[in-house]
Amino acid sequence: MGKRLALTGDMAAAESMRQINPDVVAAYPITPQTEIMMTFSQFVADGLVDTELVRVDSEHSAMSACVGSAAAGARTMTATAANGLALMHEVVYIAASTRLPIVMPVVNRALSAPINIHCDHSDTMAERDSGWIQIFSQDPQEVYDHILLALKLSEHPDVLLPTMVNQDGFITSHGVEPVEILDDSVVKTWIGDYKPKHTLLDFENPITVGPLDLYDYYFEHKRQQVDAIDNAFKIYPQVAKELSKLTKREYPMIEQYNIEKADHVIVTMASAAGTTRYVVDQLTEKGEKVGLLKIRLFRPFPADQIVNILKGKKSVAVLDRSASFGSFPPLAEEIRNALYDEKTKPPVYSFVFGLGGRDLLPSHVEHVFKGLAKGSFNTKTIEYLGVR
Amino acid sequence: MKSKLKGYKEIPIGGLILDAGNAKTYKTGGWRSKRPILDKSNCINCYFCWFYCPDNSVDVKDKDVKGFKLDYCKGCGICAVVCPKKCIKMEDEDKFEE
Amino acid sequence: MAFILKELLDKPEKLTSGHRLCPGCGAPILAKWIMMATDFPLVVANATGCLEVSTTIYPYTAWNTPWIHNAFENAAATIAGVESAYKSLSRQGKIKKKVKFIAFGGDGGTYDIGIQALSGALERGHDMVYICYDNEGYMNTGAQRSGATPKGASTTTEPAGKVSYGKKMRHKDLTAIAAAHHIPYAAQAALSNWQDLMKKAKKAIEVDGPAFLNILSPCVRFWRIPDDQTIEISKLAVETNFWPLFEIDNGKWILNYKPRERKPIMDWIKVQGRYKHLLQEKNKPVIEEIQKEIDEYFHWLEKRCSD
Repeated sequence: MGKRLALTGDMAAAESMRQINPDVVAAYPITPQTEIMMTFSQFVADGLVDTELVRVDSEHSAMSACVGSAAAGARTMTATAANGLALMHEVVYIAASTRLPIVMPVVNRALSAPINIHCDHSDTMAERDSGWIQIFSQDPQEVYDHILLALKLSEHPDVLLPTMVNQDGFITSHGVEPVEILDDSVVKTWIGDYKPKHTLLDFENPITVGPLDLYDYYFEHKRQQVDAIDNAFKIYPQVAKELSKLTKREYPMIEQYNIEKADHVIVTMASAAGTTRYVVDQLTEKGEKVGLLKIRLFRPFPADQIVNILKGKKSVAVLDRSASFGSFPPLAEEIRNALYDEKTKPPVYSFVFGLGGRDLLPSHVEHVFKGLAKGSFNTKTIEYLGVR
Repeated sequence: MKSKLKGYKEIPIGGLILDAGNAKTYKTGGWRSKRPILDKSNCINCYFCWFYCPDNSVDVKDKDVKGFKLDYCKGCGICAVVCPKKCIKMEDEDKFEE
Repeated sequence: MAFILKELLDKPEKLTSGHRLCPGCGAPILAKWIMMATDFPLVVANATGCLEVSTTIYPYTAWNTPWIHNAFENAAATIAGVESAYKSLSRQGKIKKKVKFIAFGGDGGTYDIGIQALSGALERGHDMVYICYDNEGYMNTGAQRSGATPKGASTTTEPAGKVSYGKKMRHKDLTAIAAAHHIPYAAQAALSNWQDLMKKAKKAIEVDGPAFLNILSPCVRFWRIPDDQTIEISKLAVETNFWPLFEIDNGKWILNYKPRERKPIMDWIKVQGRYKHLLQEKNKPVIEEIQKEIDEYFHWLEKRCSD
């Protein structure tokens, strides 16, 4: 049987990486991801993994080396945050387009400027069109579980896409919580060996990776990517079900809390779901009909499921931890877009919170629920929670 | 008219090319404005022409320089310059057109 | 041990015909020679540039060996990733074969945008060779200036004009920069001296650990020389000491060739269209300055190699 450990989100990520035992990890330290790298480096130093750890000169080189390694047929991982993710942006696209199942824990942190080391989702949201699968974690337990899930999903032959497993910088990455981990042997058996069909180390069948692809075929390769990420909708529930059998925990693409009886719903992701849930409990006790919809899988975006849940509600508030300057923030846009075709649909109000690590307080969430009940918000404007 | 180009379900994923060296089916000989002509009587089989050719267009069989692979030769003329016996001449391609 | 051409005839063709590099391009010549210099199986990474775009226009590839292109600035990091995968899989007994790894990058991808990834890969000690085919500018995109463009050359982003004689700065000494990483092997070579080039390639590939080769790769198109002058211009580069042939073998600096009588730099300048403005009377001092810098550098190099 597995065991229960007190781990931070970063340590939980390193722990699942240890159990995955990737052939290659190429990474560069950046706050607040550094503890993943440090913990994993110690595993390497102590001989607990077979991994070739490449301590690269930058995040750009980290993702570049990951592409080389994965194309050579090695199970490959890295981890990053914020400016590091932005620096690797070019190669993030290349990894997805080359269909390499790299798994990358991302410890979400605000992008500069001014420089800030604390949590928001501006880093990962800048990659939402890169072709990666994006999963959001609420706590260290989810970080651990999601990384295992991501590996299996990424490597599925019908998917073959890289996955980012997001967690909130400091809030989750540095907060110690109890985490149940599986036995090493259980993880090893479940993930199995990685056997890619074509690799750079197959000299019987030499391949060319990354050619010049002009107007004759580039579009066709992009069209294939569309199918691949759509396939993730089909494969994700299978993989989640397999993992649930081992962990006795559930991993729906979207998680409902107190939704059925609720008139007013908050939609959010990651650690903010914890705060929202706390407020939902308090208000429910007072007889208010409120609920929470937590988005676990952001790419591909499970719009159909979301619509089914939200379409009959009185009102919806979407809490985004990043801004999209000049428009509505990413999650609010997705939710509105998903509901557009419905004949009866709730008004969707947009809120931005927590930029640069500003706390989301229970009072903020209460303010949102109360306003929803009173109908005091405006769908045309964005409200900023906790800004002076 | 149906395109000769393949659809997205018919090609390998990720932009991979699985057919190593298939550029050989792409003929670059049409680029040529000068054609190398070998005077075999002077050739000493030093293989410099073969060795320096940027397009692998010198035909060597049984260790004997036979001539040029005109499907690929782009007519740069490096072979003629490096030939120690000066037995390769570059002639206008027009002369060979029918 | 010298290479014998008759024996090389039997080597497999790892870069095939049907690639679309310009007639007379130096890059495919040196690529072919380098891959013939060893019998090890090779995985090749290629930075974005002439050699990459012209050899892999989808759905065609001229490569008969496993090959990867990732982006412009990351050929060194990419091959480092491939080599790390190999190291890991070999250690786990999943691969038995002995394999070697090379990366090709032009001077833009190496001297400029790729120098960080190169430096990192050299420092980390991967078993790989990075080969810079130096055609002294961003030739693939129309002759823009790079850190390798020599002083006085006219490029499209630092052109000669009424008040400019083209590039003002000297090119970087990238070979010395690579050597400063204290890697087992670094060398500079030219197409005019093929035995020297192939010996260096063999050494670089077969040595255990990182190696670097800097090879002058004439661009007939943008140096404005006739297509058939690729080898001749390389000869002039070496005979004028514009491009000295040397190596740093386990820290020991060795001068591989010294012209019996160093030719004036004017011999190199006057035959190339990219320098034609330097022939104007008013630019005489520029040529004198270039000559002085070349002589001083060669003097420094000779001293360095006699230690």
